[in-house]
Amino acid sequence: MAQATSIPKSMTLGELGLAIVLTVLAFASLYIAAKAYTAPYAFHASLFCLGSAVAVFAIASRYHSRGADLTPAEIDGKPNYNLGPVKFASIAGLFWGIAGFTVGLYIALELAYPWLNLDTAYINFGRLRPLHTSAVIFAFGGNVLIATSFYVVQRTSRVRLAGDLAPWFVVLGYNFFIVIAGTGYLLGITRSHEYAEPEWYAILWLVAVWLTYFFVFLITVARRHEPHIYVANWFYLAFIITIAVLVLGNNTEIPVSIFSSKSYPVWSGVQDAMIQWWYGHNAVGFFLTAGFLAIMYYFIPKRADRPIYSYRLSIIHFWALIFLYIWAGPHHLHYTALPDWAQTLGATFSIMLWMPSWGGMINGLMTLSGAWDKLRADPVLRMLVVSVAFYGMATFEGPLMSIKSVNSLSHYTDWGIGHVHSGALGWVAFVSFGALYCLIPWLYNKKLYSLKLVDWHFWIATIGIVFYISAMWVAGIMQGLMWRAYTDQGFLEYSFVETTEAMHPMYVIRALGGALFLAGALIMVFNIYKTLASQSAAEVDAPIGASPAGLAPAE
Amino acid sequence: MSLSLAKHLPSHKFIETHSIWLVIGIIVAIAIGGIVEIVPLFYLKNTIEKVDGVRPYSPLELAGFNIYVREGCYLCHSQMIRPLRDEVERYGHYSLAAESMYDHPFQWGSKRNGPDLARVGGKYSDDWHRDHLRDPRSVVPTSIMPGYPFLENTPLDAERFSENLVALSRVGVPYTSEMIGKTAEDLKGQTMPDSPEAAAMIKRYPKAIVRPATGQNGQISEADALIAYLQRLGTQVDFKLYDDKANIR
Repeated sequence: MAQATSIPKSMTLGELGLAIVLTVLAFASLYIAAKAYTAPYAFHASLFCLGSAVAVFAIASRYHSRGADLTPAEIDGKPNYNLGPVKFASIAGLFWGIAGFTVGLYIALELAYPWLNLDTAYINFGRLRPLHTSAVIFAFGGNVLIATSFYVVQRTSRVRLAGDLAPWFVVLGYNFFIVIAGTGYLLGITRSHEYAEPEWYAILWLVAVWLTYFFVFLITVARRHEPHIYVANWFYLAFIITIAVLVLGNNTEIPVSIFSSKSYPVWSGVQDAMIQWWYGHNAVGFFLTAGFLAIMYYFIPKRADRPIYSYRLSIIHFWALIFLYIWAGPHHLHYTALPDWAQTLGATFSIMLWMPSWGGMINGLMTLSGAWDKLRADPVLRMLVVSVAFYGMATFEGPLMSIKSVNSLSHYTDWGIGHVHSGALGWVAFVSFGALYCLIPWLYNKKLYSLKLVDWHFWIATIGIVFYISAMWVAGIMQGLMWRAYTDQGFLEYSFVETTEAMHPMYVIRALGGALFLAGALIMVFNIYKTLASQSAAEVDAPIGASPAGLAPAE
Repeated sequence: MSLSLAKHLPSHKFIETHSIWLVIGIIVAIAIGGIVEIVPLFYLKNTIEKVDGVRPYSPLELAGFNIYVREGCYLCHSQMIRPLRDEVERYGHYSLAAESMYDHPFQWGSKRNGPDLARVGGKYSDDWHRDHLRDPRSVVPTSIMPGYPFLENTPLDAERFSENLVALSRVGVPYTSEMIGKTAEDLKGQTMPDSPEAAAMIKRYPKAIVRPATGQNGQISEADALIAYLQRLGTQVDFKLYDDKANIR
């Protein structure tokens, strides 16, 4: 720009600070890579070095190409939303979703056909399963949560996202964490805490990213141009804060050396088990529930063009949900060496949790009241609404399984696997798909390529889920009953391996269900690709209303 | 009830309009359950039973434990026998908290694609384990376990192994400075039957089983370490002498 400006161009504190920190990190990583005890750790240190160096270069080149002024927060009195990081996280979410579903299908086939383990270290079931769970929960789910939270908080606060580099640091740093975690599992770097497998150095990085995420989100909320904080943002905040607390609590560990990827947790045995499942169940409660309820609270009203059913219900169920969820962890440890009092507390609160869970479901479903006809015409809305129905089903099944006598049958069996997948596929993935079908056309100002394909995606994936969870119900209940079956003479009727053999047909059906679910997701990728490749700008899908600037409602 | 609640709801406006108070409210709400359930486990004396015989892992067993963790064995094998009739008959005495008190991290597991391993120690021979790890279907034709032939071909990386004991002693495992100092000797000693090194090792780690290394060129293989770990599982407490009435919780 040739415009004369009185402000001389200079680096902001953020640009300079981040560049310095990353430069130090690059050299430190290089040093660690050179002295690392094992090759996989040296590989990771090199990735840290490379990543930091690329980031420093990117900061410098961005500085060179930008003008003296930073991007304005408002243009003509309207907020200038920061959508770059949202776009990146949305597409990354799709990518990791496909990766995670594919690995899931592969390990499902490994259980049905064990020769697929190929006798190698890198793709045996024990290393691939954490890759599958982390890829779908943290990579797919996490990117969808970051994308939608950054979008929703701006729209509902009518203010540009706080920070200049910070949102990019969150999005790129988080995806870098995913790469470190995922490659680590394949190379045998794991803490063996389920859903908390990444080692100490990956966690240190994650904590830096997550705290930045918290501050970006909170400062954006604090700067809002709306008197009230919208309900979706309560849930996002609860998700971000609680995940930080859980990760810090469950990752108290001492590395063997700064040159070793290995660490030992401070807690052991029974205390370690309790803390792990306090973490584990609340990763479900806050990552996979609170975060995705936030998505529900924005995208369903928006897509249905109806207000939230009950404001009062959202207040009650929000506080009840976050207060009760945190107690539910011990139901993963029924009949174990965890003291009985803790097991009973866990079961009691898990059963109480049914109510706030269904409060959320009712609030989501009843938002459709007066607009149920839209389910017929709009497959995206149908996907969102069916996800809430699955949420209701999974949160009914959960309290049931937390009753000790039911749990004595269901625990250690595939019933648990079926239960998490009715939540993960039916609720988390469906609400994510629905949100992305809305969000991506909005972000790029395009019209979704084909609603017909969304319809195909919906039905294929739904049939896949039904195959999956019914196969797992049958497998789980059957195996549980076989383990405890006695002959007339009072001997155990089945050896363990006989119960494994009986699972085979169910494992094949489960893999088929997974394949259908993956096929649906691939249809979605094609649909999104065609949407982005098309030249036509959107007429109907863009949510930006024609209302006069001064009167714009929260979007 | 709903009426009185409704009267109080307008005050929620305060939280909805003050982001810091919303943050504080969330932290208070999520702190209570965790504190009540976790903190007492550290001071209630009956959380971990008082039993004889549970000792820290010998260096070779610890190396095996680390391989068990690395390969993700816990994803298919639990190490937690529940006090249910069929489990006790199938696997043995129900698991005590004391038996995993030196497991950093715990390996209780959550899913049984394969059987529970809490008391697998001594159930099968070393040769059976070696065959089973190399090719599970050679000994259990319908097993769905992956094969781990690479374990017996990979020499155990025992360099700087004492640092593992140092780290564990920092988190409370009672490794003495003597044990830490003798890490390399004890690790090797557990593979040299009838040697003075083995005798010295057993003094530090009672009941440790000494068996020759089977790796290439007489080296200790990863399979040797893993088998040393597996053969120890569940064998520490003598349940002929254990008085479960003394530990009613």
